[in-house]
Amino acid sequence: MAAGDASSHSKRILVTGLSTHWGGRLAQALEQDPSVEAIIGIDRTPPKVELVRTEFVQVSDAHSLIRRIVDAAEIDTIVDTRLVVDSIVTTPRRAHENNVIGTMNILAACSGRDSPVRKVVVKSSAHYYGIEQDDPAFFTEDFRRKRPARTPIERDVVEAEELVRDFALHHPDRTVTVLRFCNGIGRALRTSHSRLLALPVVLGILGFDPRYQFIHEDDIVGVLEHATRHDLPGAYNAAGDGVLVLSEVASLLGKPFAPVLPPWGTGVALTALRRAGLRVGPEVARQLRFGRAVDNRRLKAAGYRYRYTSRETILKLREHQRVDPLLRGTGSAYRYEREVEEFLRRSPNVRRPAPAAGAITAPPEGFDSLDARDLIKLIPSLEPAALEALREHEETHRARRTVLAAIDANLVRHQTA
Amino acid sequence: MAEQRTSLADPGLPATRDVDLRDYLPGLEPERQVNDWGRSERIEGLLDRTATEFLYRYWFRVEVEDIDHVPAQGGALLVSNHAGAMPPDATMIAKAIKEEHPRPRPLYLTVEHFFKGYPGFSMLLPKVGGVAAHPANVHRLLYDEGELVLVFPEGRKGTEKLYKDRYRLRRFGRGGFVEAAMRARAPIVPIAVVGAEEAAPIFAHLTALQKLTGLLYVPLTPTFPHGGLLGMLGYLPAKFRIRFLEPVRTDQLGDAPWEDKGLVQTIAHEIRTRIQENLVDMLAQRRSVWFG
Repeated sequence: MAAGDASSHSKRILVTGLSTHWGGRLAQALEQDPSVEAIIGIDRTPPKVELVRTEFVQVSDAHSLIRRIVDAAEIDTIVDTRLVVDSIVTTPRRAHENNVIGTMNILAACSGRDSPVRKVVVKSSAHYYGIEQDDPAFFTEDFRRKRPARTPIERDVVEAEELVRDFALHHPDRTVTVLRFCNGIGRALRTSHSRLLALPVVLGILGFDPRYQFIHEDDIVGVLEHATRHDLPGAYNAAGDGVLVLSEVASLLGKPFAPVLPPWGTGVALTALRRAGLRVGPEVARQLRFGRAVDNRRLKAAGYRYRYTSRETILKLREHQRVDPLLRGTGSAYRYEREVEEFLRRSPNVRRPAPAAGAITAPPEGFDSLDARDLIKLIPSLEPAALEALREHEETHRARRTVLAAIDANLVRHQTA
Repeated sequence: MAEQRTSLADPGLPATRDVDLRDYLPGLEPERQVNDWGRSERIEGLLDRTATEFLYRYWFRVEVEDIDHVPAQGGALLVSNHAGAMPPDATMIAKAIKEEHPRPRPLYLTVEHFFKGYPGFSMLLPKVGGVAAHPANVHRLLYDEGELVLVFPEGRKGTEKLYKDRYRLRRFGRGGFVEAAMRARAPIVPIAVVGAEEAAPIFAHLTALQKLTGLLYVPLTPTFPHGGLLGMLGYLPAKFRIRFLEPVRTDQLGDAPWEDKGLVQTIAHEIRTRIQENLVDMLAQRRSVWFG
């Protein structure tokens, strides 16, 4: 078990790719943890989600600039969420620029003996393994692929991981984690597979019923967070439990399974579909033919508990597909405005609920494990600020009425005193 | 699993394998339609109640000897001789375990990677328990999941052989199956099958047609190719006899016995000889190809 102890605990975290879906969600999750002192996010474009205490720095991936940020803020952990693993997101050229050159720069920014960085977490993809006819049914982390990559995205992922491996070899004192995710599914995710599964029928190749694994977006964030909180050296596969077959996915989604793509010349057929407006990447073709599954047990052994199985992930997707047409346009209207964010973080006129970002007054760890009676005994000994924080925590978590009443009574006592 | 660490480990990203990953296998989801290997109980059951049942009881009239040599629990590697175009022997062995064994268990059958890439086969074989013959697959099934796995070490050389060469065992690969069993510390159960050679005899190979279709081989049988695709399944009603031989244990051979290639070859050779001897014995007692 690779649980991080207090000394190696990540306190000052740099999230690269803050404006990607994953970067934003990870930062939101890390903000909840009062023991994290600083969260700094970098990206080329402003973040798309609302963040309370994460500091955003707009920067290209020039390593000298990133290095200055890393050194100045004494970053101890870098979480790299930038990797593009689906070719419909951007052009192959830009994807390569981002995936390979970008990774090189990020690693350069935290290399060297005097760097404060102790841990690097990289979000990678099961594309690392590729898809071949003679693959094992479950890829384990130590699998070495025998053939070169077949699609640009796959090549990028392999090259990026090679860079990370080199970095790990040259920096044995750092914890380097590579997380290889299978197909992610979530409400806000637009991937080749989400597009394929959004069609009225589930397309397949005639005569094939490939095996598929999925991971829910909450689990992707959960895994990234787990790797940030604990020390997990090495590579880890991340995929929901259970391997489905495509026809099963179709029936879970309540759609007909339509294996209508020709078994020979599938690539041509997919290109034609792409012309017709269906955006799917070339890396999907082989997955539709041979399928892919990874062995997710190493991450489980390292203490992570998946919230969703592959099947439950698809059932969630079905819910989204039912509800989303009704909710169109009601999504979050958040827009990043630098001045507003600066004002909220810096201005002395802003009344912040918990001073010093809650680092001192937030309920210390261990309070959650107390039962109500013990907690009430402790309450009179707390300062008003801590009481406020505890009240907020209790309200948003277990909301026990007796505890809330005890806090209120003590708050009133402090005010009158 | 210590040995796997050294042979497959990634030098840059050291894998920690000091925990037993068997504790972390996914839990059962009863609502699933297939298992994680793509095996479908529904399709298997459907076939089992119809075609397999008919072939087993009335067509091949299978007789089984010493079924209790198949262990009632834990992984075991079943090793059999192999014959016939579209070989019926695997199905009959699986059915025999299902029908005769006091504790029936599903049997996984290793198939060539070729089938994963061929339309139709790719969809159907996993549904009825076919698993690509990859060492990692066999290890997971035997060691992690404790299942029964059937291999035909002769492989294609067995099914390709012509009628005139019947019941002459081909080379047993390179002993990979022994290595797989040793790594998983699973016993090997040799099996001798009589009948499959006559049920689907091959008289010649049609190489031109093979090149055209891209299949592994296109045989000339009593009913194929003139009988169409169904002719591939046109079995003659030969009497089947399946004999399960005494298991060979692999868990008492010391540490990492698979590194001793001599030992691996010796065991592979012994198993081959025992199957061959039993085949000869069964053939000597057989009075008729059709009535046994």
